[in-house]
This record gives sequence, C-alpha cells and structure tokens, in this order.
Amino acid sequence: MSETVSAWQLIASGDATLFAIVRLSLAVSLTAVAIAMVVGLPLGAILALTRFPGRSAVVVILNGFMGLPPVVVGLTVYLLLSRSGPLGELGLLFTPTAMVIAQALLVLPIIAALTRQTVEDLWHEYREELTAMGVGPTGQVATLLWDSRFSLVTALLAGFGRAAAEVGTVMIVGGNIDGFTRTMTTAIALETSKGNLPLAMGLGLILIVLILLINATAWGVRAWSEQRAG
Amino acid sequence: MPTRRTFSSLVMLLMLCGGTPALAQDQAIVVASTTSTQDSGLFDHILPVFEAKTGIDVKVVAQGTGQALDTGRRGDADVVFVHAKAQEEKFVEEGFATERFDVMYNDFVLVGPKSDPAGISGTKDIAAALIEIRTREAPFVSRGDKSGTHSAEIRLWKEAGLDIGTAKGQWYREIGQGMGAALNTASAMNAYVLSDRATWLSFRNRGDLGIVVEGDKRLFNQYGIMLVNPEKHPNVKAEAGQLFIEWLISPEGQASIGEYKIGGQQLFFPNAEQERS
Repeated sequence: MSETVSAWQLIASGDATLFAIVRLSLAVSLTAVAIAMVVGLPLGAILALTRFPGRSAVVVILNGFMGLPPVVVGLTVYLLLSRSGPLGELGLLFTPTAMVIAQALLVLPIIAALTRQTVEDLWHEYREELTAMGVGPTGQVATLLWDSRFSLVTALLAGFGRAAAEVGTVMIVGGNIDGFTRTMTTAIALETSKGNLPLAMGLGLILIVLILLINATAWGVRAWSEQRAG
Repeated sequence: MPTRRTFSSLVMLLMLCGGTPALAQDQAIVVASTTSTQDSGLFDHILPVFEAKTGIDVKVVAQGTGQALDTGRRGDADVVFVHAKAQEEKFVEEGFATERFDVMYNDFVLVGPKSDPAGISGTKDIAAALIEIRTREAPFVSRGDKSGTHSAEIRLWKEAGLDIGTAKGQWYREIGQGMGAALNTASAMNAYVLSDRATWLSFRNRGDLGIVVEGDKRLFNQYGIMLVNPEKHPNVKAEAGQLFIEWLISPEGQASIGEYKIGGQQLFFPNAEQERS
C-alpha cells in the first residue's frame, strides 16, 4: 500500500490486496465459527441436559473461558504447532489453517457457554413434555437445539464478533505474512506501526462496516425464517 | 442443527483456507526478519524481483531481532535476516546456522522533540548526548524487546559509561514493542528514541519529532542473513533458502537493495562481500 492512499481510495479503486485481506479475514473467522459451532452446540446442549458431580465447576470454567486472552491462546497454539512443538510435523505454523485453529479455540467456549444457558432455560419448559413423550437423549438435544435456533444465532454472532475483531492470536500464529496470513486486524496493527494512522483508521472503519453487514444479514435471515416458521 | 447446505458451505470455507497454500508450499520459504526491513517497505521493493526470477515465494514474518532468531532456533523459519551481529554470531556458534553473511547496512539516528529539552541537537557525539539525556532526565523511549535496535541502544549506554539497569528512572520508558510503536509513543509524549534510519524515513506520524543526533561511527547498523541449519531442523528448505541468500548478496540483489529510496533518500547500503571464501 503506497504513500498517500487512504482506505476509501483503496475501496474505490477495487484494490486487489485489500480484497484479498478482507477475503482471508472473513474466511478464517467464518471457518473458525463454523468449526466451533459444530463442536460447541452439541457440547453446550449436552452440558445443559446432564447432571454429574463437578458439573458446576465445568460450567464455571466454560463461562470463564469466554474471556480467554487471545494472546495466551495464540501462544499456546504457537508452541503446539511450532516445529519444535508436539505438532510441528504438520508444518502448520504461519498458515491460515493455524489461524483457524486458534480462533476456533477462542470462539468455542463462547458458543458452548451461551448454548448451555439457552438450552437449559428451554429445558425447564420442555422437560415434562419430552419425558412424557419418551424422547431419548439424542432426540432431546436435537429438539432443544432446533427450537432455540433463533436465540443460538446470537451465540454464533457473539463468537464471530470475537473472532473477527481479535488481533492477538492471528498475529502470533499467522505471522502477518503479506498476501498469505495478513488479515484486517493485523494490517491495521502494521499500518499503525508504520505511523500511517489515517490508513489504519480507514481499514478499521471498513472492518466495522463488514461486521455490521454480517450481523445485519444474520438478523435478516433470522427474521425471515422466524416469519416462515410462524 | 447444521443442514446439508451449511455443511457444504463449511467444506467450501475449509477449502478456501487450506487449499490454496498447499499448492504453493514447495516453492515457498519463510524468512524471519525485523520490523525495520518490513516497515520501511524494503521487502515490497526487492521480493517481487526475486520471486519473478526464481518462482520462489518468500513469506516474511517481521519480528524483533531477538524473536526472529528464536523463530529460527525453533525451526519455524528457513532463513533469518536480522541486525544484531553479536546475537547472530551466537546463533552460528550454537549450531543453528553454519554461516552468516553481511548483506547491507544503514545507521541509527537519535530522534527527539524539536524543543530539545536535553539541548543536544546537532552534536555528533552519541555518548555525550545520552549522558545529557540521563543528567537532565529528559523522557526517553526504549524498545525494551531484545530487538537489534534495543541491543544497539544498550551497547550505546554502555559506551557512554552508564549502566542503564541502575541509571534508569521515570524518564526511561521501556515499551517492549516494535520500532513503529516506539516512534508513535515518542511522538505522543515528545520523548527521545533511538531508531534505525530506514524506519524513521518511512514513518509518517512524526508529530514534533526530528533527528537530533546522527553521523557518529558508533551508530553503524549492520544487517546479516543466515540459513537455518538443516541438520538441526530437517524441515528447513535449504535449497530455496540458500538461493534467496545467494541472490541477496549477488550483484543483482545488492543493486536492488541500493535502488530502494524514499523521497530520494537511500535507506539501505548494500555491503556484501563479493568474493566469498
């Protein structure tokens, strides 16, 4: 990005580098949320329905992990994926895959914890009915998740917000490599360190607009399907 | 519950992330380098030339010299391109590289506010200037991150006869961040800061800062490059990494470094030995 360009000029000129960065940011964060969703929804629902010794501790830990410091998650994944670490053979450090793994770990507790709360609230309402109908545990999880799907969209959006906005993990495990692992947030950090504050701020505004757009889309889809569901 | 459609879009996303890099992986090397080479824009200038010539994709991870060397030690980079000769020689001694090559140099400059509270503007004696800053307790921003510039700063305090470990006080602010962040901080609090000339020249948020001391021989800043020893880390792409090093110290690579200018000023001066023994 050369000397005097502003972020708006970059958009207006359809700057290829900018679009590649935006695409990577969205691909990494959305994939991370998708993976965290596949694991986190059932995990949260199962935790909501089961009773076992130490369950309260697990719930507290899960809730607490919603506030995992990104830089600590980044460092942990870095040490795991480093060539000198246990998973070094895979050669994943400084790749988009490493960024997805780190962000998925960051987002998983958020989705699982919010799902646990949502499903548990609904469970109080459904319990008698489902038990009377003789629905098995898998059926119960499925029914509760399906019937709370509109509320769970908010959990997914919270997870996405966390992933898209963070810079700590992707900087450490991605390395901010030009054209390969540079995301919106690491590009903003880089432009700031170059003292190019207007461009950094402009990129920041673009990121905020993108996050708003994704939330608006989710809202629209939710409203539309709620209407259809009646 | 994920439907079939959400699943297929998930797979597409995964492919989007994981698919492309795998193709380029054989022809790509990771270079751990310093923030000064990246922030100054040098890589944007020289890498396209090398990539066009060889088809090898060079991925630069910009860190402080200390961290870059550590990345090399762990085997996470193929090539290390940094600027702290003592630390680099230690890296070779430990066997993490077999050879170190000089590539280029520039110099450090002492940057400070135009109001010049230490009254040192224009002097050529960096040691005297530092003593004056310490005596008047003028605000000074230190990188504090074991980078090449931080190592140089500590050496300069020592050469001025001051042990910064005991001499530091409120006025001495260690921020533990890169060169750009240090300049941003100095600019915000009108402090003195040691910077490499390249980052300073390309830095745009100068505020009231300007160069106060330059031209002292002790401000010399040498950059060196090393291939991470493949015997320590078999995953190192020795052939491609060596090609990059050879090119950088070849007349063509050296010329490319010398051509890079900002506002008519040359940022790095190539000085590789052309006759290698």
